[in-house]
Amino acid sequence: MSGVTGLLLRGGTVVDQTGSRRADVAVAGGRIQAVGEDLDDGGRGARVLDAGGCLVAPGLVDLHAHLRQPGHEEAETIETGSRAAALGGYTAVVAMPNTDPPIDAASVVRDVQELARGALCAVVPAGAITVGRAGTRLAPMAEMAALGVRLFTDDGSGVQDSRLMRRALEYASGLGVTLAQHCEDGGLAAGGHLHEGEWSSRLGIPGVPAEAEELMVARDIALARLTGAGMHFLHLSTAGSVALVRQAKAAGIAVTAEAAPHHFTLTAAAAAGYDPVFKVNPPLRTDADVGAVRLGLADGTIDAIATDHAPHPPEAKDAPFDQAPPGMLGLETSLALSLALELPAPDVLGLLSWRPAAVAGLGDEHGGPVAPGRPAHLCVVDPSATWVVRPERLASRSRNTPYAGRTLTGRVRHTVFAGEAVVIDGQAQR
Amino acid sequence: MKHLLSVDDLGPEGIEEVMGLTDSFVEVSARSIPKVPALRGRTVVSLFYEESTRTRLSFEAAAKRLSADTMNFSVGSSSVSKGESLRDTVVTIEAMGVDAVVVRHSSAGVPAQVARWVDASVVNAGDGWHEHPTQALLDCYTLRQHLGSLDCRRIAIVGDVKHSRVARSDVAAFARLGAEVILVAPPTLLPPSLAGWPVEVSHDLDAVLPKLDAVILLRMQQERQHEALVPSLREYTATYGLTSRRAALLPEAAVVMHPGPMNRGVEIAADVADLDCSVITRQVANGVAVRMAVLFLLLGAG
Repeated sequence: MSGVTGLLLRGGTVVDQTGSRRADVAVAGGRIQAVGEDLDDGGRGARVLDAGGCLVAPGLVDLHAHLRQPGHEEAETIETGSRAAALGGYTAVVAMPNTDPPIDAASVVRDVQELARGALCAVVPAGAITVGRAGTRLAPMAEMAALGVRLFTDDGSGVQDSRLMRRALEYASGLGVTLAQHCEDGGLAAGGHLHEGEWSSRLGIPGVPAEAEELMVARDIALARLTGAGMHFLHLSTAGSVALVRQAKAAGIAVTAEAAPHHFTLTAAAAAGYDPVFKVNPPLRTDADVGAVRLGLADGTIDAIATDHAPHPPEAKDAPFDQAPPGMLGLETSLALSLALELPAPDVLGLLSWRPAAVAGLGDEHGGPVAPGRPAHLCVVDPSATWVVRPERLASRSRNTPYAGRTLTGRVRHTVFAGEAVVIDGQAQR
Repeated sequence: MKHLLSVDDLGPEGIEEVMGLTDSFVEVSARSIPKVPALRGRTVVSLFYEESTRTRLSFEAAAKRLSADTMNFSVGSSSVSKGESLRDTVVTIEAMGVDAVVVRHSSAGVPAQVARWVDASVVNAGDGWHEHPTQALLDCYTLRQHLGSLDCRRIAIVGDVKHSRVARSDVAAFARLGAEVILVAPPTLLPPSLAGWPVEVSHDLDAVLPKLDAVILLRMQQERQHEALVPSLREYTATYGLTSRRAALLPEAAVVMHPGPMNRGVEIAADVADLDCSVITRQVANGVAVRMAVLFLLLGAG
């Protein structure tokens, strides 16, 4: 059904890595047919979608989402997660491998790829670095890479064994794939549920010091230097981590990094009422850390905004703070939160689209530019539309957004995936 | 005041109000029939997710002396893993018709969560490392009995402050009443951050003792040595235990308190606990009257 009659996105401002210009975009056959002022539908009966006042950008690319399938369908499925993604402007999402079973073998990659057929966006599985994400022996990365997996991570925990991590980096470099690390020194972080500091001390909750993250960032920068392999840092949350990555890049070490919207919008103070919806790993930190992450996004140290979308059903979050699982929803709120950064819109869209597409090895297909012949993955966002986050209205199967009741500015009007308008006027079409 | 989740809920006048009410309930408790009809027809349920003897009995006695109906819901922590969520348990209990829920839980913040889920008043009877406000109130009351006002009094809290809900509530309550609070502990047993805490810190108990009006010893648990927070309990006792030698450094009028249960021979020497300056059993006795005051304050007006 994609692009049979075609689409015409009319009246918007096209924003991609080549710049901004007023232009209509014509789509047919799953590809962009024309970009220019005052396009008409050529008598082909294309469906006209109003993009007046909107930015028309390459579809967003999320490096980091937990779609929970297989194994935790009570929290999310690839269908519901991809619908949430489409409503958030995403046309490609990297699905984290901490499923049950974990994505640590070719057979599971195939299962996820099969489930992803018919999703409302591209769902690209990441593979685990180690078997069972247990951190003891390497997963069959070559077999998974042969099926198209480009990003490997044990996300949920970091690979603790430095020797094993070294071998993983060396092995991955021979496959042309990228390892992504959840940086957390397991010993130092053990038992913690909140950023260690003023709030953890006051609330009587065991803390995770910033240094638990920074130790592993520093170690992995050293290992990247040792091996010459590139690597990606997931969800940086501390000022120290941002500084380490900045230094590493200045030294020419091939590292990239992402940050999640909750780490540049919320602090540990949000947990003052012990609502586990504010529990996440890495934890919400301090004002100084939020400032450092924002600066890292502004100066290019951090390459991408990634959601770390982590659905949990209400019953899991209705537990005591120290027993509830960490994680928060992100796919439907990240664009608005990112537009609120004091950055030019093209920079924000770069952080959300073409730069993560490059990190994920998806640049041939995703992340633009918006030009004739390119795959038609587009998002049309009204940067001035305001809306109130209502958990019960989110498309995710779960409700654990930390932004419930917040008024956000910036909303996806339409999303086009592979030439199909999967979201029209803010409504998912299937 | 709808709930008592932390000492701060009491506001500037709240502690004084509880102290005043406690005076009258101490008088009630001394009667031959220590019972008043103040909360007749009201139901108070104890929801204890953690082992407790004195606090549970103390609340139960307080509710009964106010003529409230009482219910007891004791849960081993294992039943949490049997499937029923905390929220379902709490909502089920409220459906039975209760006016106040007294909550004890090993996890910090559970009383605050319960308060969001029910219409009844919630009293925090101890939550993890967070707070134990009625213990602080009875400590304040006991100190006032012996010292008069707490204003400008110097009170040391000695030991495992990091893991102590009593310490967090005591600091807030003592500071509100104008006392100077000194935390005495090895750095490993202090919270990682004391930002915003109205306290001084010392690692030298001998130097602190001669200046005190009161010293509160905290329970030192065996497991702290397994977590490498102290090398051994023997070394802890040698450096931070209130031995007979150290007790002699206290000014004559100073009092010794302990929230219980005591580890005699660890944080407090056996004979020190039984000295005249030790008011540990007075704390327990005052506990019932203080909890009567709290329940009356929360439920009496309605």
